[in-house]
Amino acid sequence: MDAEISLTVDGARHRLTVDTRTTVLDTLRERLGNTSPKKGCDHGQCGACTVLLDGERTLACLALAVAHDGAELITADGLAAEGELHPVQQAFLEQDAYQCGYCTPGQICSAVGMLQEIDRGWPSHVTEDLTAEPELSHDEVAERMSGNLCRCAAYANIVPAVQQAGGRRS
Amino acid sequence: MKPFTYARPTSVAEAVRDVAAEPGAVFLAGGTNLVDQLKLGVARPDLVVDVRRLTSREITDSDGGGLRLGAATTNSEVAADRRVRERYPVLAQALLAGATGQLRNQATTGGNPLQRTRCVYFQDVTTPCNKRDPGSGCSAVGGYTRYHAVLGVEPVQPDPDAPGTCIATHPSDMAVALAALDAQVQVLGPDGARTVPFPDLHRLPGDDPSRDTVLAHGELITAIDLPALPPGTRSGYRKVRDRASYAFALVSVAATLDVADGVVDDVRIALGGVAHKPWRAARAEEALRGRPATVGSFRLAAEAELVDAAPQPGIDDGNGFKVPLLARTLVATLRDLTPGD
Ligand SMILES: Cc1cc2nc3c(=O)[nH]c(=O)nc-3n(C[C@H](O)[C@H](O)[C@H](O)COP(=O)(O)OP(=O)(O)OC[C@H]3O[C@@H](n4cnc5c(N)ncnc54)[C@H](O)[C@@H]3O)c2cc1C
Ligand code: SF4
Ligand code: FES
Ligand code: FES
Repeated sequence: MDAEISLTVDGARHRLTVDTRTTVLDTLRERLGNTSPKKGCDHGQCGACTVLLDGERTLACLALAVAHDGAELITADGLAAEGELHPVQQAFLEQDAYQCGYCTPGQICSAVGMLQEIDRGWPSHVTEDLTAEPELSHDEVAERMSGNLCRCAAYANIVPAVQQAGGRRS
Repeated sequence: MKPFTYARPTSVAEAVRDVAAEPGAVFLAGGTNLVDQLKLGVARPDLVVDVRRLTSREITDSDGGGLRLGAATTNSEVAADRRVRERYPVLAQALLAGATGQLRNQATTGGNPLQRTRCVYFQDVTTPCNKRDPGSGCSAVGGYTRYHAVLGVEPVQPDPDAPGTCIATHPSDMAVALAALDAQVQVLGPDGARTVPFPDLHRLPGDDPSRDTVLAHGELITAIDLPALPPGTRSGYRKVRDRASYAFALVSVAATLDVADGVVDDVRIALGGVAHKPWRAARAEEALRGRPATVGSFRLAAEAELVDAAPQPGIDDGNGFKVPLLARTLVATLRDLTPGD
C-alpha cells in the first residue's frame, strides 16, 4: 500500500509517495539520495542510522516513514549545511575520532542529540545523583554514546571529541 | 516484509474500534519493537494502527501524590522528569538501564511493557516456537537458554513438544519497576475502559504462550498510574548484563523499601530477566515484613523466593548461574536501600 507524505530533510521540504513498509532510513538513502545515515544492522542495534528527528536523536531504521509524515529531519550532511563544519564535526576531525568513517555520521548526529540532552539536565545510567546536573565526564559520554557501535573501535578518540565539542558550547 | 495498510485514526476510540474489528490489526507506538518484528517476519499484520499521536504525551500529578504517565510519553521523557527522578528513582533507573539514548527517545510508556521476548528462536521464523507459531513446539528447551527463565517454569526440563511450553523471559526493564511500584494500567477496549494492576498485566505461558498479557485484542493502554509511595520509602533498580551498556538483563531487581527503627515496615520487590513476566517476589516480601533490615534477613528472603527456581539446561551450561546471581543481586539491591548503610 502507498501513502503520500511530506518530510523536511536538512531544511528542504519533500513530498513523496512511499510504500507503507518503507523506513525513514530507506526513504533518505534510496528515495532522497541522502546517504549520510548508514545502514549497519537495520535492527536498532548499531546506531549507524542515527538522525535528528524533530530535534531528537532517533534510529531511522526503526521508524516508518509513513508514521513520521510532516517530520523535520537533520542528517550529518545537513549539520554542515553551508559547508561550515558543525562543532561536533570539527571536534571529530581534530581528535581523529574515526578510522573507516562508516559509523561516523551516526556518531555525530548522536553526539549532537546527546549534548542537548545533557544541556537539559537529563540523567543517564551512570549519573550517581539522579537529581544533580550531569557532567560531561568520560563515563557519562561513554554511557550516553553506547548506542553507537564502532567496528573500528575508535572509541578512545570519540569520547574526547564529544567532550571537546561539549566544552565548546557556551 | 508483508504488505500492510497503515491507519492513523483521529481518536483513541476509533483506533480501538479499528483494531478490534480486524483480527490482523496491531497498534503502533514508537515502533522500536514492532518495526523490527515486521522486518523479521515475526509480526505479519494486515493493518497497522498508529496511536503515537493519539494517546497523551503528558505526565500529570494525580490526587494523592501519584503521577499519571500518558501512553505516548517517551522512555526518555519519563526518566528525565523531575518528579519521577525524585519520587520514583526505581523507575528512572530502570528506564535508563534499558536500550540506548536513541531508542529511549522513540520508545513509549504504552509500548515498552508490551515489547515481546528477545528469545532468539522467537525471532527466527525458521525455528519452532510456541509463542510465535502456537503448537509448533519450543526450540529453546535444551538450546540457548542464557536469557531464559528460571522462575515460573517446570522443575524438571519441560517437554519441548508440548504446546504450552515456553521458557522465555519478558525483556523490559521498565516493566520490572512498574510491577514493584504497584502501578495501575489504564486500558481502553471495545467494551469500555478498565484498570489492570501492573503485576497482573503479564501472564505465565499457561496453555497459551502466544499471549504475553491479559489484554484482549483491541485493548489499548492509554496511561499508566504510579501510586504515591509512603513517605520515607526508598527505591532502586539493579541490572546485571553481559556488557556494561546496551544489553538486555540477565537478571534485574526493582525494589522499594521502608525501614523504621531498623525493621522492615514495607517492601516490594520485582525480578526481571528470570520469568515469562516481571516476577513479583511475594515470598521474599513476606519473609521480610517485620524483620530486621539486615543482610542476613535479605539472604533468607532471597532463599525463600528461589526455592522453586528451575535452572534450564542448555548449550554453554544453560542458565543455572542465574539462581545465585539473582540471590546476590536481590541482597545487594536491598542493602543499598537500607538507611544508614
Ligand atoms: C537493540 C535494542 C536494545 C534494547 N534494549 C532494551 C533494554 O535493555 N531494556 C528494555 O527494557 N528494552 C530494550 N529494548 C526494547 C525497547 O525498550 C522497546 O522496543 C520499546 O520500549 C517498545 O516501545 P515502542 O513504543 O517503540 O513500542 P512499539 O514497537 O510501537 O510496540 C510494541 C508493542 O506494543 C504494542 N503497543 C504499543 N503501544 C500500545 C498501546 N498504547 N496499547 C496497546 N498496545 C500497544 C504494539 O502493538 C506492539 O505489539 C531494546 C530494543 C532494541 C531494538
Ligand atoms: S522459549 Fe518461548 S519464545 Fe522461545 S522458542 Fe520456546 S516458545 Fe518460543
Ligand atoms: S542501522 Fe539502525 S541501528 Fe543499525
Ligand atoms: S570508524 Fe569504522 S566503524 Fe567507526
